[in-house]
Amino acid sequence: MALQPVYVGRTYPPSRPYLVGREKVREFAAAIGADETEYSDPAAARAAGYRDVIAPPTFPFVITTMANDVVLDDPDLEIDYTRVVHGDQRFAYTRPIEAGDELVCVCVIEEAMTRAGHGFLTTRTDVATTAGEPVVSVWTKLVVRGEG
Amino acid sequence: MSVPVLTAGQELAPHTYRITRDDLIRYAGASGDFNPIHWSERTAVKVGLPGVIAHGMFTMALAGRAVSAWAGAAAVLDYGVRFTKPVPVPDDDEGTEIVVSGKVREVSDGIAQIDLTVTCNGEKVLAQARARVRQAGLGD
Repeated sequence: MALQPVYVGRTYPPSRPYLVGREKVREFAAAIGADETEYSDPAAARAAGYRDVIAPPTFPFVITTMANDVVLDDPDLEIDYTRVVHGDQRFAYTRPIEAGDELVCVCVIEEAMTRAGHGFLTTRTDVATTAGEPVVSVWTKLVVRGEG
Repeated sequence: MSVPVLTAGQELAPHTYRITRDDLIRYAGASGDFNPIHWSERTAVKVGLPGVIAHGMFTMALAGRAVSAWAGAAAVLDYGVRFTKPVPVPDDDEGTEIVVSGKVREVSDGIAQIDLTVTCNGEKVLAQARARVRQAGLGD
């Protein structure tokens, strides 16, 4: 089986920078029904000490899930994406994402194993600005369901 | 933004969120997750699901709204969940509902740990759902 502990620690090259747009943050906040003014009104966000609107807590996943394709597409891991289920998700924030942030993701494999025919993969994605300021670390555990 | 101070053992007022099919379409667009199990009954049934289900990340986002309501939008330091059961969303005007309740496990150095319980039709859909939040006016 392809998901094995030997891959733990494998680190992938940094992602292409993602520029966080104010309207994208507003769109995301509206889609989850989050109506705190810091998510939509730059003046309210500035009053709270931010440069521009801030993103809701799960917004980083929008960015990291794209960056994680570099792991899922790693031919050594032989992941059948049609069998992947989202197991666990965790975020540890240094600060909220703000509109205007230009963010780079670095993905690391923290867990890779196969047990009872199912594959388990946990990635940590460290999200930082292009200037190197850490913003949030994101852990995603995926389960690759075995056949039958 | 003024938010109440959290104390250990405190039960936090539950929040109920309704989820309909159009919410899932909107979330798909906003998040970029176009997996058809979240909008196509045919696909969902084919892979063995009871029908179209909500994105796990949508459920996590709604539970996150409750955390923000309890603690403030910018207060969250750490937030994690395990997805244990799907949230089926029927194709009608009512859709379904999730209920998010919370209890403050402990408060230390101005940081509160909240244990979340998230249910749909009385069944837990998330496990190990926890958030650490900074208390308002402390540690900023």
